[in-house]
Amino acid sequence: MLRFTLTVIRRDLLLAARRRGDWITSQFFFVMVVSMFPLGIGADPNILRMIGPGVVWVAALLASLLSLSRLFADDHRDGSLEQMLLSPEPTVLLTLGKALAHWLIYGIPLLIITPVLGIQFALPGEAILILVVSLLIGTPILSLLGSVGAALTLGLRGGGVLLTLLILPLYVPALIFGASAVDATLAGTGAEAHLSLLAAFLVMCLLISPWVAAAALRVSVE
Amino acid sequence: MYEPILSVTDLACARGERTLFRGINFQVQAGEILLVQGGNGQGKTSLLRLLTGLSTPLEGEIRWRGERIQDCRERYHAEMAYIGHVNGIKDDLTPMENLRMAAGLAGRRLDEARAEQTLGRLGLALCLDLPARVLSFGQRRRVALAGVLTAGALLWILDEPLTGLDVHGVALLESLLHEHTEQGGLVVMTTHQPLSLAGACIRPLRVGDTDVTPTSELTPQGQ
Repeated sequence: MLRFTLTVIRRDLLLAARRRGDWITSQFFFVMVVSMFPLGIGADPNILRMIGPGVVWVAALLASLLSLSRLFADDHRDGSLEQMLLSPEPTVLLTLGKALAHWLIYGIPLLIITPVLGIQFALPGEAILILVVSLLIGTPILSLLGSVGAALTLGLRGGGVLLTLLILPLYVPALIFGASAVDATLAGTGAEAHLSLLAAFLVMCLLISPWVAAAALRVSVE
Repeated sequence: MYEPILSVTDLACARGERTLFRGINFQVQAGEILLVQGGNGQGKTSLLRLLTGLSTPLEGEIRWRGERIQDCRERYHAEMAYIGHVNGIKDDLTPMENLRMAAGLAGRRLDEARAEQTLGRLGLALCLDLPARVLSFGQRRRVALAGVLTAGALLWILDEPLTGLDVHGVALLESLLHEHTEQGGLVVMTTHQPLSLAGACIRPLRVGDTDVTPTSELTPQGQ
């Protein structure tokens, strides 16, 4: 059973490696959106430090939405999604594998770029560390919840916009806990409470969203 | 004793408000080909998708070895291979990688030598290292067929498998169908093109219109 999930992940990584264009677009989008804010707002380090965590988080949400609309759509178009649904293995493991692969492909690179972007916002080293940790816990949430939205809007016309409307409200808890963890560090009150809540939210998503996505996928393909 | 492997009773299918067909009954046993016939939009593809378990019927049930397919999904899908209108192969992967992925996802280990032999038999020996993107439509269809062959499934569900195949491809598919049925395999397929399957056990089934005529006796059909 675990092997099936690993095969799905390996497959998506291989396909992403063959199509680097799609992959780079999403990362560039993230960097561009975040970098626009210091340019537009001006170089006051106090203001930048205040908005920095929120801006990075919002940009991460938007960047994940950009790639999520294609999570199942490409496989649906060429028929390989049907073939995967016809595998003897449970569909839950398929949706779990797809979400984890999405995180590895689109989530991990954000973590690597974020420290550089943190410097742009005059964040101190400790705050940057907490920002990266909050994204480390938070980005899998984005992929898991996003897989539900991608499965629900599969095959719909204008699915991309609908996906945004459906999923962004669900991202709100992750955004609040993630950004306020960094704010708390800046204020000197410690980030543990926020990070714990974020981690609890991740566990909940990990347990629930693959099932919901699998059910949605079956309905969408029918 | 007559024991059908795949049996369908009182099957009905609706698309939106419209009922496509109703009261479809048939049985398929080892070594038989069920040829689903009917005009465009009469529900042939819908019937085949019901049989794969991708969609659920409005009424009626589909049984595999006497069990409803919803109840034995794992076992059923392990014994079934399906080609739909789209080929289900990834354009960025080579034919061999496609077969390897398909096998991995179905939880099988791919016999590489046999897979290469199968691809060679389907006329793809020179395309082994090319991504499927650069292959022609017919060649991609052949890759999908190779997927069905290497799956080693008992039941083949083929939706218009002849689309895009040239004369040699059609002849090849005919001989593959012969071999499969001789080894006791089952086939459910649709096609608009004539097939010469002399000697094979073919059951025709008409879908759509108002009169659905289930044919109960076998008609060994010659060309």
